[in-house]
Amino acid sequence: MATPHPSFFLGPSPQKDRIEELKQFTSNPFYKFILFPIGQIIAFALGASLALSLIIILLAFLFRFNVTDFDLVERTLLILPQVLINGITIGFVYATIALGYTMVYGVLEFINFSHSEIFMVGGIVGVELMAYFEYTGALVTMNQYVVIALAILLGMIISGVLAVTIERIAYKPLRGAPRLVPLISAIGMSFFLQDAVRLILSLTTGEFNVILPNFGTFDEFWVLAVPGIENPLRFQIKSLLLIGVTVVMLVGLNFLVNGTKIGKAIRAVAQDRPSASLMGINVNLIISITFLIGGALGGAAGVLFALKATRLDPFVGFFPGLKAFTAAVLGGIGNLTGALLGGLVLGLLESFGASYLSIFTNGAFGAEYKDILAFAVLILVLILRPSGLLGQTVAQKA
Amino acid sequence: MTQPMKTFFSDLYKKANQGPWPLIITVGLLLVGTITVYQSPRSLAAFLTLMLCPVMLYFLKINIKVKIFMGLLLAIVILPVLGIRNIFYLEVIFQMAVFAALALGLNIVIGMAGLLDLGYVAFYAVGAYAWAIFGSKQLSLLHSIPGAAPAGAEFSLAPSYFWLFLFLGVGLAALAGILLGLPVLRLRGDYLAIVTLGFGEVIRVLALNLDKPINLTNGPQGITPIQRPPLPPGFIMEPIRNLLTPIVGHAPTDAEFYNVFFYLLALVVILIAIGVATRLEDSRIGRAWAAIREDETAAIAMGIPLVRLKLAAFAAGASFAGCMGVVYAANRTFVSPESFSFLQSIGVLTMVILGGLGSIPGVIFGASAVVILNIQVLQNFSLYLSALRQSDAVIPLINFAWKDLSNQLDPAKYQKLVFGIILIVMMIYRPAGLIPAERRKRELVEDIE
Repeated sequence: MATPHPSFFLGPSPQKDRIEELKQFTSNPFYKFILFPIGQIIAFALGASLALSLIIILLAFLFRFNVTDFDLVERTLLILPQVLINGITIGFVYATIALGYTMVYGVLEFINFSHSEIFMVGGIVGVELMAYFEYTGALVTMNQYVVIALAILLGMIISGVLAVTIERIAYKPLRGAPRLVPLISAIGMSFFLQDAVRLILSLTTGEFNVILPNFGTFDEFWVLAVPGIENPLRFQIKSLLLIGVTVVMLVGLNFLVNGTKIGKAIRAVAQDRPSASLMGINVNLIISITFLIGGALGGAAGVLFALKATRLDPFVGFFPGLKAFTAAVLGGIGNLTGALLGGLVLGLLESFGASYLSIFTNGAFGAEYKDILAFAVLILVLILRPSGLLGQTVAQKA
Repeated sequence: MTQPMKTFFSDLYKKANQGPWPLIITVGLLLVGTITVYQSPRSLAAFLTLMLCPVMLYFLKINIKVKIFMGLLLAIVILPVLGIRNIFYLEVIFQMAVFAALALGLNIVIGMAGLLDLGYVAFYAVGAYAWAIFGSKQLSLLHSIPGAAPAGAEFSLAPSYFWLFLFLGVGLAALAGILLGLPVLRLRGDYLAIVTLGFGEVIRVLALNLDKPINLTNGPQGITPIQRPPLPPGFIMEPIRNLLTPIVGHAPTDAEFYNVFFYLLALVVILIAIGVATRLEDSRIGRAWAAIREDETAAIAMGIPLVRLKLAAFAAGASFAGCMGVVYAANRTFVSPESFSFLQSIGVLTMVILGGLGSIPGVIFGASAVVILNIQVLQNFSLYLSALRQSDAVIPLINFAWKDLSNQLDPAKYQKLVFGIILIVMMIYRPAGLIPAERRKRELVEDIE
């Protein structure tokens, strides 16, 4: 028989008080929905950056004798901060798109192949709105942040509605069909949307490339001098804006999924659809809401991506979409936190690959391979750890 | 379709299938089609009439020997002659044959074994680049910058090595299939689709960028010229040339003969593919594939070696693509990474889905239909629109002048739209395809979750 804990005799200890206090604090909504998610995001970003930086520095030490023109370690350290900033910025975009994949997968167990086109439509709608403002002359008079906010909002609405429409037209009639049937339909939808958008753009504007109007101070840098580092850190304003907006959206999504009744219903449907419907949950409505949320996130990511890329065409969604899917798998598909981590890791990996591949191989291989780096990651993850970084090992459903 | 319409059509089919009618219909179509295509080579309707003949041949009840005779007559004699008369049809029938062979290969992977391969064109690229690199001057350009070829470059192999590479292409593509398959075939269907898609892109990006450190693929400019195998010697060719000259109205050139030659070569591959596919379908392997497709867990429980059979399906499908890749490289004398995009993989997938997964006649029909749609129907539509654009015509009610129509609206460039619509509509309304496989028909009637 186990001996009773001393506190059993001595009354509540001061330590236990502290645990109680902590428990109370962690169940506090402010902590649960604001502090914790933000802390998690920061921890993921810093942790992934740190881990990958250590690996690259180690590699630099290993390879330093192969490269004779310059000191590899010195060069690596010199560009490291900028590479990290770029990687985290693009990583947040991937994470936001990946959430759309992972939410739909969680609920329907189906890869929404047309999500990359939903992302593209959001971006193009946002840029077109800004171009319209430029045309009416409102762009110079309006606050630049209001313009961006309106563009993001419009992108979210259009993409969300589009995602729900696609689900109704192309996926809903196929529910319960063999696995590959809705996937093929989704591929068809993806192709259809690419050319449909191109058709609409070329009929209305005669040109299917859309270019972000030049306005505001987004291209300028915010310089932060850090003692001990030779070059000051340079953050582009648009990168900061991008990170800020995605963090707000991620926190909002976390609240929506974990703190509201709709979120509870979504989780229930993801866990067990027939039982959820027996509990009085309108499954079709919840699936539509899932597509709406995923689509809206994709649309917002599209506008933010447009801010960074400044030039979009109807086929721009393909690679970001695939990378985001890879990110979702890397983090553990169906897992929202996993999508965030996967996106950050993949963004960093891509940024590292684009910057270091040519330095390390003396120019034999360069940034042109960064797009297929994601596939290498995808194949490795699927072989070594199919459940992803944060996913639980679940039995594969046939 | 509504019930009365359905009964109307089945009545019509029954009536057409009685007595001498099947023979009259097919021979009539063959004659009318041949004559009209011969008379007015530009007419789409004439060509479609001719193409209706093999479809009718398939559906109507005729003596099997007559069927085969008419089919061979059409494929080996009539089409090449018409093609030499109007060179455009040579391109059409060559593409139909190439894509039919590709679709038959993909059908083994998707239709029989149920593995969705979205990067099928990668194997095609492997075959094409194999002959492109060895059958051109590329090997002597390895250390020069793309585009700046030194003067003394020579072909590294004699043209007749083409025949060896036809088989090497099969082997290389099968090897690539096995190498890709080994790590990824444990994955469930939808993951496999994305990984194969990634593999297709990897091959394309490699072809695009392997012009350094050594210039293997000549980068985005592609490799040209690639050698063609020698035609039969003059004493065989001259009589044929003399025979054809009065029929087609001009002396056929070597280039036209080459097109016919490659078309016939593709036909041989198709025949082999049909043979392999039909033999496989009800063999031990084919039944094992069907079992894997239907329920992997049950298949394992029955003692089916899962990975080995999946690899076999991947390799078998890939080998046809590799072979066609060699033929393609030799026919075009030029390969570039652009020819092996994701769009091509989806194009072949669309053919398989349109015709019917696992159905051999369906897949051939799907390939022909998509090729005709792509390079004839859409092209004609484009020409029609551009003609309208130059006229003064106005759309009545909305008062829209055709002149103002954007130049960007060129239906021939909207393949993706067409493929997308075909895929969605087929999946929703006819997932088994237009000519379903017998086995599929039974499966898809009632699908149990």
